[in-house]
Amino acid sequence: MVTFKLNGETREVDADPNTPLLWIIRDDLGLTGTKYGCGIAQCGACTVHFEGAPVRSCSLPLAAAAGKNITTIEGLQSKAAQAVQKAWISMDVVQCGYCQSGQIMSAVALLEQNARPSDADIDGAMAGNICRCATYQRIRAAIHAASAELTA
Amino acid sequence: MLDSASLAEWLPDDTDAADGATGFTRRGFLKSAAAAGFVLAVQLPLARKAFAAADVGIVPPGDFAPNAFIRIAPDNTVLFVIKHFEMGQGATTGLATILAEELDADWSQVRTEYAPANAALYGNPMVGGAQGTGGSTAIANSWMQMREAGATARAMLVAAAAQRWKVPADKLTVSKGVISGPGGKKASFGELADAAAKLPVPTEVALKDPKDFVLVGKTATRRLDSKAKSTGTAMFTIDVKLPGLLTAVIARPPAFGARLKSFDAKAAKAVKGVTDVVEVPEGVAVVATGMWPAMQGRKALKLDWDLSEAGPKSTEAMFADYKALAAKGGGVTVQRADDHAAQMKKAAKTIEAVYEFPYLAHAAMEPMNCVAWLHDGVLETWGGHQFPTFDHMLAAKAADLPMDKVTLHTLISGGSFGRRANSWSDFTVEAVHVAKAIKRPVPVRVQQTREDDMRGGLYRPQYVHAVKVGLGADQRPLAWQHTIVGQSIIAPTPLAGALIKDGVDETTVEGVWPTPYTLPSPDITLQSPTQAVRPLWWRSVGNTHTGFVMETMMDELAAAAGQDPLAFRLAMLKDQPRFAGVLKLAAEKAGWDQPLAKGKARGIAAQFSFHSYVAQVAEVSLTADGRPKVERVVVAVDCGVPVNPDQIVAQMEGGVGFALAAALYGEIEIENGTPKQGNFDSYRVLRINEMPKVEVHIVASGEAPTGVGEPGVPPLAPAVANALAKLTGQRVRRLPLSRTTFRLT
Repeated sequence: MVTFKLNGETREVDADPNTPLLWIIRDDLGLTGTKYGCGIAQCGACTVHFEGAPVRSCSLPLAAAAGKNITTIEGLQSKAAQAVQKAWISMDVVQCGYCQSGQIMSAVALLEQNARPSDADIDGAMAGNICRCATYQRIRAAIHAASAELTA
Repeated sequence: MLDSASLAEWLPDDTDAADGATGFTRRGFLKSAAAAGFVLAVQLPLARKAFAAADVGIVPPGDFAPNAFIRIAPDNTVLFVIKHFEMGQGATTGLATILAEELDADWSQVRTEYAPANAALYGNPMVGGAQGTGGSTAIANSWMQMREAGATARAMLVAAAAQRWKVPADKLTVSKGVISGPGGKKASFGELADAAAKLPVPTEVALKDPKDFVLVGKTATRRLDSKAKSTGTAMFTIDVKLPGLLTAVIARPPAFGARLKSFDAKAAKAVKGVTDVVEVPEGVAVVATGMWPAMQGRKALKLDWDLSEAGPKSTEAMFADYKALAAKGGGVTVQRADDHAAQMKKAAKTIEAVYEFPYLAHAAMEPMNCVAWLHDGVLETWGGHQFPTFDHMLAAKAADLPMDKVTLHTLISGGSFGRRANSWSDFTVEAVHVAKAIKRPVPVRVQQTREDDMRGGLYRPQYVHAVKVGLGADQRPLAWQHTIVGQSIIAPTPLAGALIKDGVDETTVEGVWPTPYTLPSPDITLQSPTQAVRPLWWRSVGNTHTGFVMETMMDELAAAAGQDPLAFRLAMLKDQPRFAGVLKLAAEKAGWDQPLAKGKARGIAAQFSFHSYVAQVAEVSLTADGRPKVERVVVAVDCGVPVNPDQIVAQMEGGVGFALAAALYGEIEIENGTPKQGNFDSYRVLRINEMPKVEVHIVASGEAPTGVGEPGVPPLAPAVANALAKLTGQRVRRLPLSRTTFRLT
């Protein structure tokens, strides 16, 4: 039995402690906003916040989450999160949308750490998130727009 | 096998009789297909004929459903039934925009759902009347149909209000979902739905004057799916929840052509959570309560494969074979001028080049998957059904059920780029096989891992082009010799009978022939060898390679002739004002005549594809270790009436990024039948730090709209290669660019 906090709620899971957190979140706990893309921490579609830091849940064993705070796209609440999602929607960043939960989780974590990121900061924080529709130009613009709102 | 039948055998039996919403008949398809090629010039259908409620689901009493595309409920929601598949390119928003425009609905009241499988109602005349999305046809084939559908509904709502208020219909106006009459009378669509439903459907309706458009052509018309996709609530196939749903992964052949000899499931069955291990035609399926136990179970399988027929031997051996075939010549004639040999003899000089293009995987973000549920004598599937006509028939066949016992639930998908439209319906069929093999009425999702997806074939084929162009003493081309070697994408599909003419698969040669350029004395041939790897269309299909060859050759010829590449092209374009137009616009906006900083160069390229014209100018520099860095791309696009301008911009941005990924890194290499690349660590794709600044300029046009999903792709790689040639003097003959180290001259 492993206990951790998911989006503020205490959850107990009876599963193989080696199970990647991604599959616990999706299959055991039924939250499907977090996506599977590669299984080897290359694409970022599975990005969640682990104690506030972006991590690839496909490569994080359940055991590592014991006693920790995990946030998924469903649990986003911060000011930075609201600004990011608002910018994403108003600028129509998405295309197929499959990677966008992970993109947003990485973008929110960036802005929570650094409310005024440069292009280089954005590259550093977002280069682990692949988008095959190549929405990158809008992702960059939306992060700047969210930053402007947060620092206004 | 399913690879030799004509499409006629695949289409539902009732389509011969269907003269309804699409006007599509099986006989009509074959006739038009033979006459008009892949993109068929079938008369645009009108959605006038009454349809059975059962065809579109249950329409509640009081709802107004004047045709197969619109349903208005008393609560004032406007539901549009979307006949096209949404894989990110915005077809949902596009079709809704056109419907809402003619209906004069308010954008905020619009809801959408995806059409059931029914080619008679939801067929696409530009893909032969089959129900399917591809070839950048979603807007092009729907433009008049959706306008008529919206205008018809509007006319009936207006008639209902006129009756209620006892005023002439022409005294009424409609705006944002509200009908207004004399004396301040107002009614919402919902209030009139019941009355409108009782009126006859008019046979003639007036369409709006385009100058009165309020949604079409407006940047303010936004995507309908941004919120769901930005909050994690959008539901993809991987997210489907059903009672008792199981997850399966399949142990697949380790090489193309490999066959299963035997397997031992004991250890797999011992994995906690594994419920079934079953043999299916695709391999051995491990079924479990979740993805992780399924994957662990698969790992524990003991499998014995017969590899004696594994192939192809290697990518390099294939290239050697293809180059030998190209050098030997022959094959089928695509186009030949009688004076070709004589003209080539007259040439003052000749330019020759041989080009090599690798296999490419689509690598959509959501690996292939499908949910199948056999219960109570019926089959239901949930998936990315990009071509419902194929998927419906093949799912029924796999389940051994009649088609009317099979229901497809089409969901949005995490990308496709061509992958989900295939005439084998591979990921749908395998889910049905597993659902059947477990012999219980339980829903099961077959989920491919990234490696399953990437190693599964269905690639953009490997190609070789050999080109020889003779230039006259006046520096103008005199004769053009061109041979293409590579798998036919169409040959193994049921479209072969209709779309391969005299041995020529148009999708292999499109862009070389026909071409907007006036090619002097052409001699164009094609050889289409077969391989154990299944070929598939990949975003922009033949233009992925033909565009590169033609547009880099144009630059090479211009250089040989001592001319500016833009001027050289324009001189070869007769009566092609739209093609010349995008070239000039892109050049102007990119500052073609302005000097660039040292260490940077510009390249230009254009391609006419899927009835749209796109030109791009790429600004390129080199990194310290000799890698290309694409800094800026200026795009000019002419796609007729721009229905959703901001989505056209998005498709051009995305097309540039998608094409750049393949140009820089894309290749699947095969050794003894096994693809070397299996995930994003070895099959590199573009990341945000590599994304150039993209500027898009849309040509104002009153022409009927054409597609934008694919046409943004073809010009990018040649534009970059042309810039690199200017910067380094090195001509690129083989993609991806990562195979070459560049040095500044």
